[in-house]
Amino acid sequence: MKDTVIAGFVPLVDAAPLIAAHEKGFAREAGLKLRLLRQSSWASLRDHLNLGHLDCGHTLGPLPIATVLGIGRVRAPLIVPLVLSRGGNAITVSTTLAARMRAVTGKSIYGPGDSGRALARVVDASTQALTLGMVYPYSGHNFEIRYWLAAAGIHPDKDVRLVAIPPPLMVESLRAGQVDGFCVGEPWNSVAVHQGFGEIVATKADIFPRGIEKVLAVPARAERDGKRLQALIGSLHRAALWCDDRENTAELADILSQRDYLNLPAAMIAQSLAGEIPGVRSRPDDFLYFGRDGAGRPRVEEALWLFAQMRRWGQLPDSPELEAAVRGVFRPDLFDAAVGESAANESISACDGIQFDGGSVREYLEHFSLSTPFVIATDSGV
Amino acid sequence: MSSRPLEVLIIDENVVRATILEDGLRDAGDIVVHHIRDMDGLLARVAAINPDVILIDLENPSRDTLEQMFQVSRWAKRPIAMFVDKSDSDSVQAAIDAGVSAYVVDGLRRERVKSVLDVTISRFHVFNRLHEELSEARTALEERKLIEQAKGIVMKQKHVTEPAAYALLRRAAMNEGRKVAEIARSLVTAAALFDKDPT
Repeated sequence: MKDTVIAGFVPLVDAAPLIAAHEKGFAREAGLKLRLLRQSSWASLRDHLNLGHLDCGHTLGPLPIATVLGIGRVRAPLIVPLVLSRGGNAITVSTTLAARMRAVTGKSIYGPGDSGRALARVVDASTQALTLGMVYPYSGHNFEIRYWLAAAGIHPDKDVRLVAIPPPLMVESLRAGQVDGFCVGEPWNSVAVHQGFGEIVATKADIFPRGIEKVLAVPARAERDGKRLQALIGSLHRAALWCDDRENTAELADILSQRDYLNLPAAMIAQSLAGEIPGVRSRPDDFLYFGRDGAGRPRVEEALWLFAQMRRWGQLPDSPELEAAVRGVFRPDLFDAAVGESAANESISACDGIQFDGGSVREYLEHFSLSTPFVIATDSGV
Repeated sequence: MSSRPLEVLIIDENVVRATILEDGLRDAGDIVVHHIRDMDGLLARVAAINPDVILIDLENPSRDTLEQMFQVSRWAKRPIAMFVDKSDSDSVQAAIDAGVSAYVVDGLRRERVKSVLDVTISRFHVFNRLHEELSEARTALEERKLIEQAKGIVMKQKHVTEPAAYALLRRAAMNEGRKVAEIARSLVTAAALFDKDPT
C-alpha cells in the first residue's frame, strides 16, 4: 500500500481540514504521509488531478460533477467521498452600489431578500449593465449569486454581466471599479469591507443554509485501494472536527497564515473561521464549518441539487443519462464506511423557501421562472 | 476546407517567454500571432481577437477567468481545454511537463493544432532552460559575495590571511556536511546580529 498522498489545494480558508490533517498529525496517525501542493487556479488543480499528478484535491463542489459529465470535453472519472466545508462565501457590493441600493429603498439592504429587491430597482433604473464577479463557472459562488439575483427577478445572463476573477484579485477589481460587486470566499469579503471599498449584503448561509462548498475529489481508481482511501477520509474527518472546535481557532489561524498556505495575517483568518464577518447579521457559527453535524457526508441529493443549478443556467442539457451519471459522483457509502456515522437525509433549502428533496430535478426546476437554455457550441471548422 | 491563417493568442505576462514563443510560431507557417501581456480587461481583448488557439502558462491564475468566458453561451466560438482526447495524451503530458496549457477551438484540424503545440512545447523548454541558467548564475554570484563577506569577518576576528580564512570556512563546512556558502551565510547573519554598529 502506497502511503504517500499528494493533495492539491487552493489557498483559501476552507482548505483548513487538509492543512490541519497534515500539520496536526491526523494523517500521520492514520498511517499516511500527506504532501500538500498549492494550486494557482481551479483549472490547474483539475488538470493535475486528471493527469494523476495529484491523488486528491480540495475543490469546488460542482467541479467534479462537471468533470465526470465532460462539460467542455474535459472528462475524467472522479468521485467525492467527503465534503470539506459548508458555507464560507458572501456577496459584497461596492460602497457606491450600496449607496444607490440604500437610496432607492430607504431601509436596510442586508439579507438576500432586502438586498435583492434593492438591487432590482437599481438595475431597472440603470442604463448600463452592472458587472459582478465570481470565481469559476462550476462553483457554489456562481450558483449563489445567480440564485440571489434571480430570486429578485434579475436575470443573471441578461440583466447583469457575470465574470470569473481569481479570488486574490477580487478586492482590487472592486476598488478599480471593474466590478460592482462579487461573490467570493473569505477572507476577501472582510478585506473589501476593512479597506472601505465594499459592503456585505448576504452570506452563503443566508442564501443556502448548510450549503455545500468545497469537496475532496479523488480519481475513481482510488477505490481500488479501499484501505488507503478509508484512512484518508477518516483522518480528514477528524481534522475537520478539530477545525470546528473554537478552542483551536487561534492555532488553526496561525497555521493557515503561514507562507506555504494562505500567506495572510492570522488575525484576519481567525475572524473568518469564527464567522465574525463585518456587517453580517446571521449566526456566526453557521457562517463556515467543516465536520460537525454530519457536514462531511457527501449526499447524493446534494449532487443532484448542484446538477439542477447547472441545468437551470444552461451549463447542461436535460438528459436522463447525465442525471444517472451524477448519482454516482458523491459517495456517502465511502464516508459512512470510514467515519461510521450516517446522518438522516433532509431537504435542501434556500432563501426563497423552495426546497429540493432529491426527487425529480425537472419538477424542481419548474419552480423557477428565470433560467438560461442550454446551447450547443458551434463547430468553427477551421 | 478554408486555409485562412490560424489565429494564435499568447497570454503571458513574461515578455521574454512570449517573444521566444512568438518567434517560433512565426517560423511555423501560416499563423497570425497575438500577444496579451497584462490581464486588465482580458475578456474584452480575447473576444476582439477571437483566436483559434490560446496558449497560456499552466499556472496562470487567469485560466479560471478564461474558462468562464468559454462557458458563456453568448460567445459562439468556444475554445476548449486541450486535455481532452485520450489519443492526445502524449502531447498533453509533454505540454504539462513544459508548463503550458492550450485552449483550442472545437473542430480545428488535429495536424494544425499539433504543429502549434510542438513549437510551443519546445519553445517553453528553451525558455525554462534559459531561466534555470540565469537563476543558477544569479545564485553563484550571490554565493561568491557571501563567501567574500564571511572571509572578511574571519580575517578581522582571527587576524589571519585570506587563504587561511577560506580554509577555516571550508573545514567548518566539511565537518558539518554543508556547503561553504551555507556556512558563510550563517556567519554573516550571526555577525550582523552581534554588530553593535549597524551600517
